[in-house]
Amino acid sequence: MQLLMFYLLGFGAVVSALLLVTNKRPVAAAMSLILTMLFLAGIYVLLDAHLIAALQIIVYAGAIMVLFLFVIMLLNVEEKAGRLSNRKIALQFISILVVGAILISVTGLIKIGPSQVVDSFGTTKAVGQMLFTDFLLPFEIASILLLAAIVGAVILAKRRIDD
Amino acid sequence: MIADLTETIIKILFIFSINVGFYSPILGWVERKQSALMQDRVGANRANILNFKIIGLFHPIADAVKVLTKEDFIPEGADKFFHTLAPFISLTPAIVTFAVIPFGGNYELWGHSVKLVIADLDVGMLFIFAFASLSTYGVVLGGWSSNNNWSLLGGLRASAQMLSYEVAMGLTLIGVFMVYGSLRLTDIGMIQENFFRWGIFMQPLGFILFLTCAIAENKRAPFDQPEAESELVAGYFTEYSSMKFVMFWMGEFLEIVTISGIVTTLFFGAWHLPFVTDQMLLSWFSPAGPNGAAILAMIVNVLVFFLKVSFFIWLLMTIRWTLPRFRYDQVMRLGWKMMLPLALLNIFITGIVLLVWK
Repeated sequence: MQLLMFYLLGFGAVVSALLLVTNKRPVAAAMSLILTMLFLAGIYVLLDAHLIAALQIIVYAGAIMVLFLFVIMLLNVEEKAGRLSNRKIALQFISILVVGAILISVTGLIKIGPSQVVDSFGTTKAVGQMLFTDFLLPFEIASILLLAAIVGAVILAKRRIDD
Repeated sequence: MIADLTETIIKILFIFSINVGFYSPILGWVERKQSALMQDRVGANRANILNFKIIGLFHPIADAVKVLTKEDFIPEGADKFFHTLAPFISLTPAIVTFAVIPFGGNYELWGHSVKLVIADLDVGMLFIFAFASLSTYGVVLGGWSSNNNWSLLGGLRASAQMLSYEVAMGLTLIGVFMVYGSLRLTDIGMIQENFFRWGIFMQPLGFILFLTCAIAENKRAPFDQPEAESELVAGYFTEYSSMKFVMFWMGEFLEIVTISGIVTTLFFGAWHLPFVTDQMLLSWFSPAGPNGAAILAMIVNVLVFFLKVSFFIWLLMTIRWTLPRFRYDQVMRLGWKMMLPLALLNIFITGIVLLVWK
């Protein structure tokens, strides 16, 4: 049952990702990206990571993609006709193959034994406890990085308004 | 296994029939009647069957017939696929989010433990947030795909407004989670068995902030900028007719029900009466035997919950017909310069109080 669900969700994710890169209309492409993220959230739920799944939908599908759509609509991005030359398509396929080969060989190098999963794995409490004890330093560094990014964005936007 | 499955199906049918079958048609009537009362008009009183009018209660039926027989019109140059998809995206989250809201406690019926919530998720409140944030797409896509400038403006306004108030709403709820120590809505409901631990006493500022943000998310007056009819015709659903128009409309009403459900669960004791614990209810009904007592207690709790929900629906309707519409820059200023700092202040104060208390 779980395997079946995984294949269904994985298939959906791959198909919507393909739709994203092949679609010429910007809004349709953005909507397929949202669909990909929803399928990914489904895969997280299968892995018992309910919190990550909820955050995936809230942050990526719910907030960031709305901004994407907002910008697409505001700028009124036009679809461009035309197709890639055969040479470029061939180049793309070769690069996809190379990256895939590297990825597969690297994952083959890492040995992951059957991991011990505690019952509370993936719950809000467990994730919070881990985040604020074992991984406190990376967490704080990431938050400072985000703060710097926010301040930077505000300064950039403000300079434009002042001019 | 079979028992669990039937239990879940019964709960889903119950909530579905209450929300879609009762609240959404009746709220259309309530909205008209209440606005008429408040504006000193007579209100809906024309629909009649054999000259019986029963204070306009036939209007929901007349509406349904009218809507189903109207032409479904898609404007020229509109994106057909997204134009059709948008109302569905708008309606689905409004129905789905009620799944994690508990409408009663735990009961022992013939040795089978019944929990009156469809899905008791550990991420509870975040699930509601996730789906509420998806409902933005219905509005945005509806506005964009209609090939109409008014619609597009409405969609843009809606997306900016909903994003802004989602931030303040999330931060407000952090205070609530700090107090209760859980995201699971059934846990939050259990704790409020004690009257003095109701959310309104523990998070008074949080309640006001949450209600304001919820109305803004709901896009009703005073926050109905996305559909401001004096500026944008009808905003994002200008080009919608027939059943699709009603889906937007139903989505809005079901959102009101869900918001009232969340407010009841987080701030007003969920399914509990003040000063009455579940144990007391069971002992009062004990002459009816253990199963009978459990069933009676269950009925009382569910009734209490839906009465509270109906009260908040009335409150939201009253606010909608009392306050005038904000200007768009006022909406944005309120969201970013007042709600957001106040929500942060709320977290700060809650943290200090919790530290001192321990």
